[in-house]
Amino acid sequence: METILFYILAVITLGSAFFVIFLRRPIHNVLFMILTMIGLAGLFVVLQAEFIAMVQLIVYAGAVMVLFLFVIMLLNLEAVNLPTDSRSYRWLGGLLIMVLAVELMIPIFRSFSGPELTAAQAAEKLSSPNNTTLIAGELFTTYLLPFEIASVLLLAAMIGAVILSRTKP
Amino acid sequence: MVTLQHYLILSAALFGLGVAGVMMRRNLIIVLMSLELMLNAVNLTFVAFSRYLGGLEGQVFVLFIMVVAAAEVAVGLGIAVALFRQKGTVNINEINLMKW
Repeated sequence: METILFYILAVITLGSAFFVIFLRRPIHNVLFMILTMIGLAGLFVVLQAEFIAMVQLIVYAGAVMVLFLFVIMLLNLEAVNLPTDSRSYRWLGGLLIMVLAVELMIPIFRSFSGPELTAAQAAEKLSSPNNTTLIAGELFTTYLLPFEIASVLLLAAMIGAVILSRTKP
Repeated sequence: MVTLQHYLILSAALFGLGVAGVMMRRNLIIVLMSLELMLNAVNLTFVAFSRYLGGLEGQVFVLFIMVVAAAEVAVGLGIAVALFRQKGTVNINEINLMKW
C-alpha cells in the first residue's frame, strides 16, 4: 500500500516538476508547480508528517503560488515577448546536471544503510499523541528563539516587498 | 517496502530538475520557481530522514525553511516587478546592470 502510494506520488511530483521546467508559458509552469506541491504534500503524509503536509498545502500551494500567479498576471507576461533559451545553455546545463546527479547518487548508495525504523516505530516517535502537538512542543520550548527570529524575518520581508514593488511618487 | 534511499533518490531528482531550471531557463519568474523546487527537494530530504531515523528536529527545520522560502519569494518577486518596471523585460541575460 505504502509502496504503491509512494510510486504514484513520486510520478506525479517528478512529472509535474519536469513540466515546470520545460513548458514555455509561465502560467502553465505555475499551474504544474501547484501540482508538484500537492504531490509533495501527499509524500509528507506518507512520511507521517501530517502537520508539515498541511503547512505545505497552505503556504506553498496556497500563498506562494498565488503570489506567482499575481505577479505573472500583473506583468502580463503573455503579452511581452518571452525570452528564448539558447541551445548552448541547454548543453552546459545538461552537462552540469549529469555531474550533479553522479555527485548526489554516490553518497546515497554508499551510506545511510543503518537500521531504519518501521512505520509503527516511527508512528510512536513522531505522532503520539499526535504530530502537531509534538511539533508545537519542540517549537515553543527548544526552538523558541529561532521561532521569534523567523517572525521578525517575515516582517522584514513584508516591508521589503512593499517598498520594492511600490511605484515611485 | 519503501526505504530511505527511495526518498533520497526522489529528492535528488527534484533538486536536479531545479538546477536544470536555473541553468537552462532565461525567464526570471521561472528561475525563481526552480529555486522553490530545490528548496522543496531539501524539505523532502529532511522529512524523510525524520521519518526513518525517528527525530522530530527534521520537521521543525522544514518549518523554518518554509519561513525563509516565503520571505525569499516575497522579496524576489518584488525585485522582479521593480526590474520589469525599470527595463521592460524578464530575461535574466538583459538584467546585467551590476555586471562589471
